[in-house]
Amino acid sequence: MPEAALLLILLSLPFAGAVAAGLLPTHARNAAAALAGVVALAALLLVWAAYPTVSAGGVLRAEFAWMPSLGLNFTLRMDGFAWLFAGLVTGIGALVVLYARYYMAEDDPVPRFFAFLLAFMGAMTGVVISGNLVQLAFFWELTSLFSFMLIGYWHHTTAARDGARMALTVTATGGLALFAGVLVLGHIVGSYELDAVLAAGDRIRQHPLYLPALVLILLGALTKSAQFPFHFWLPNAMAAPTPVSAYLHSATLVKAGVFLLARLWPVMAGTEAWFLIVGTAGLVTMLLGAYVAIFQNDLKGLLAYSTISHLGLITLLLGLDSELALVAAVFHILNHAAFKASLFMAAGIIDHETGTRDIRRLSGLNRSMPFTGRLALVAAAAMAGVPLLNGFISKEMFFAEALSAEAPLGLLNMLPFAAMLGSAFSVAYSLRFIHGAFFGPDPVGLPNTPHEPDTWMRFPVEILVLTCIGVGVLPAATVGPFLDLAMRSVLGDDVPYYSLSVWHGLNLPLLMSMVALGGGVALYLLLQRRFRSGIEGEPLLRRFEGKRIFERAMVFLSWRLARRLEGIASTRRLQPQLRLIVVVALLAGGLAVWVRGLGPGNLPPSAVDPVLALVWVVGGACALGAATLAKFHRLAALILAGGVGLAVCITFVWFSAPDLALTQLTVEVVTTVLLLLGLRWLPKRIQIPGDGGPEVLTHARRTRDLALAVGAGGGMAALSYAVMTRTPPELLAQDFLARAYTEGGGTNVVNVTLVDFRSFDTLGEIFVVAAVALATYALLRRFRPAPDSLEPPVQQRDQLSADPVGPTTARPVADWLLVPFTLTRLIFPVMALVAAFLLLRGHDLPGGGFSAGMVVAIAVILQYMVGGTAWTEDRLAWLRPRIWIGTGLLLAAGTGLAAPGFGRPFLTSYFDYLELPFIGKVPVASAFLFDIGVFALVVGATLLMLVALAHQSVRGRRATSQALASSARAGRTQVAAGSD
Amino acid sequence: MELVVSLAIGVLAGSGVWLLLRPRTFQVTIGLALLSYAVNLFIFSTGGLRIGADAILGQGEVGTLAAFTDPVPQALVLTAIVIGFATTALLLVVLLAARGLTGTDHVDGRERER
Repeated sequence: MPEAALLLILLSLPFAGAVAAGLLPTHARNAAAALAGVVALAALLLVWAAYPTVSAGGVLRAEFAWMPSLGLNFTLRMDGFAWLFAGLVTGIGALVVLYARYYMAEDDPVPRFFAFLLAFMGAMTGVVISGNLVQLAFFWELTSLFSFMLIGYWHHTTAARDGARMALTVTATGGLALFAGVLVLGHIVGSYELDAVLAAGDRIRQHPLYLPALVLILLGALTKSAQFPFHFWLPNAMAAPTPVSAYLHSATLVKAGVFLLARLWPVMAGTEAWFLIVGTAGLVTMLLGAYVAIFQNDLKGLLAYSTISHLGLITLLLGLDSELALVAAVFHILNHAAFKASLFMAAGIIDHETGTRDIRRLSGLNRSMPFTGRLALVAAAAMAGVPLLNGFISKEMFFAEALSAEAPLGLLNMLPFAAMLGSAFSVAYSLRFIHGAFFGPDPVGLPNTPHEPDTWMRFPVEILVLTCIGVGVLPAATVGPFLDLAMRSVLGDDVPYYSLSVWHGLNLPLLMSMVALGGGVALYLLLQRRFRSGIEGEPLLRRFEGKRIFERAMVFLSWRLARRLEGIASTRRLQPQLRLIVVVALLAGGLAVWVRGLGPGNLPPSAVDPVLALVWVVGGACALGAATLAKFHRLAALILAGGVGLAVCITFVWFSAPDLALTQLTVEVVTTVLLLLGLRWLPKRIQIPGDGGPEVLTHARRTRDLALAVGAGGGMAALSYAVMTRTPPELLAQDFLARAYTEGGGTNVVNVTLVDFRSFDTLGEIFVVAAVALATYALLRRFRPAPDSLEPPVQQRDQLSADPVGPTTARPVADWLLVPFTLTRLIFPVMALVAAFLLLRGHDLPGGGFSAGMVVAIAVILQYMVGGTAWTEDRLAWLRPRIWIGTGLLLAAGTGLAAPGFGRPFLTSYFDYLELPFIGKVPVASAFLFDIGVFALVVGATLLMLVALAHQSVRGRRATSQALASSARAGRTQVAAGSD
Repeated sequence: MELVVSLAIGVLAGSGVWLLLRPRTFQVTIGLALLSYAVNLFIFSTGGLRIGADAILGQGEVGTLAAFTDPVPQALVLTAIVIGFATTALLLVVLLAARGLTGTDHVDGRERER
């Protein structure tokens, strides 16, 4: 397989898998797991397929032009180091998928889990194989985002939501800092390509901007790797499902930080600033994490702090100015991934089979789950650094480095002791994990009876523990070549000599190991009494809880500061906001006139036609009437607003815009019906003198608003007059007129503009209309009318009581309105025909998809109004608005997408003339298909909104009868209670 | 003619703004409708008011601005009419839902404190 394709598939496969998993049914646990497993294994195989090239010292590359004008390319690059991490991400990923299949409960929405997991895997792969720093920062943020989704997977629990939010806030903020740092670094180097950056080490270290770049990049790396003082998010992320913890906090998310540090180590390390920041952060984190871990009562909490501590160790190694320390760091990254993932999985098994993770409640599980117990024992021993396991070897290397580290500070003299102390702590918490859970008397009062888990759930743990043993016994034969490969690609030819073997003779590091082991055991024994007391949390440091500081900062930023700013600069009331907008608009308009002046136009005004003037006398009166009556006489205001719409419509006809008039007329009808349907749900409003507060205040308020309204109206009038008395600019119009027929194939220029020249606008518009219709529908599905509008309106009640038959007949409205009912039934096919006529001729004569769609909607809604909901829906059951909407969108977008198939840009239209028998030559344009799409969408969207609103009355009636029935029941019970 | 239309726009805009500043949701709905009439007319008028100009080309004709109406503002307004309808519908439904949830039809979701 060509390199570029391999890398591209490796990157896109997890994302594609995520989309596919997301589309599975909610409870398809096995299908989702199988899909995720196949994807992870395929990705692992792809990584393996790259091994021959990488092991020969080659680098796989794939480059695609992205923003060439900025010198940015989308670059994928895999050298030995990236290869090692890609293997880690996909390999542990595959194991986690298998484990998660058995861990997740059947009633969890498991496909969503696997979708996020795969997407995260893709993002992580993107981080390790990015060949471009900007791109790396992008995937980095993507990992933060998907880890947020994963940690918050059980979003019904507060802990998951808070943990996810905290992790996102900390790591994504760090990611932003990283992005800024990367930009600075790119500025120093002159390129964002990783190759160029890695080749410019000296220039970077000597540049005056080195320190800012370093601090920003370290902010990103240290937040991600949960280093002090940003470590607090990691324990809170333990609210995630355990497979997520096993994946994110052993092999991937937190390792991204140390990955970046190691990646940039050759070009950025070696300075005093690097040592001070990275080394100190690592040292403090290692000791603090290990210390706190000992006192955790939650198995996962213990592992979380131990993870923090081990990451601190790795960071500390990276902070030392020594190639050997770098080797030890990368080696420990691998070892930690193996034993920590298996320990998380073991903790998950315990939780899964016993129902608790509390060390104080667990004990003696060794008897009920012996196999799991032994696996956990080995993994914990590896974590403690017991000889013949992988943790021991990297720890030996760490001790050797601690002894030989060179730096200008006396601080280093204490490094060996700090290393031993941290190591002893780690022995103590490993003991606590194993001894607390698996030894001692049989457990009592556990939620579930403990037993061994499913064989396949244990399988990933077995693999990982085998790895720990294999690497521990035969390091050079197992991990040796891979580690060597990774180091060669980071350090080039400067890879120092290092020995991967268990036995180096009796030397100081071995002695330190033994002291640490002994010290850890002693510490654990000494602390027994405290553990038994069951006190939560660690002594001495409890007050410095990062979480509480973080929360206080968040409350200040997102609540108090926001409230204060709102108090100063804003209001929650709508009216002042709107008033402010009007005032600003008026001032802006006034300012423009004041600065530039407003001279007379160059066109003489045309003569006033008394008829149109009369139309607008009526129209203006309607507008003023609507404005006055809208509060207490809504129906009248609505009718008057309709009158204004008619005046507008006449104006369009008058000034040669038949298409506009047609659309305005049909839309006017639909809007009026819509608002009429809404009227019923508004509260009754009767004019009571003095209701609006003190007379004086009301008067002042109204005067002010009236002044604003008059100002706005006057301004608009003046602006319109000024525009109309000037020659309009030609701009596009001439072009459109010239090409409408010759290139668009239609004589109706407006329609050709809509479906051809500017069809992208129209496409966007119909998507908006579709979204609005669906939003309306969704809102109305949960609609709860106010209590006082529950009862049927007076008119309905009067009519029902006057009707001798009562509401029993199937079509009550039809019986009262027999003549209109018959007429609307007769007119329905005629209106459908009119719509078809408008649609067909739209390209050449006034009409088109919009007005045709509106006419169909009017025809249907007429049946609803006169025939009643039940009658109409019996007969028009085939009318499914959502299908119309979908068809319309697909047709319009599909027409657009067909163009690229013919090698033309999106939405290019095509037309030709067809010779049809009997009919003759007819123009056939692909834009016509587009117009049919518009038509279908308008029909569907309009009907969906109108019908959803109309249905509220039916539902409302049902709700009323239910409410009445339940109150009647309640009354009866009361009566019964009273008679006792 | 220009005077009539610009006065019409002014009256519509003024009535619309007045209603927009009122406290009741239905007033705001009608106000927005009036304001959108005004804006549509204004956009339409930027192409010039042409009485009796052709809107439809002849077969095979290359149109000129001298003989035909300006199609661009018309196309813009046509889109605006439909979008205006959609947003009015959404506004109405949001207001109805808010009225159901808060029990008031005041624009702030609660009655004014006195």
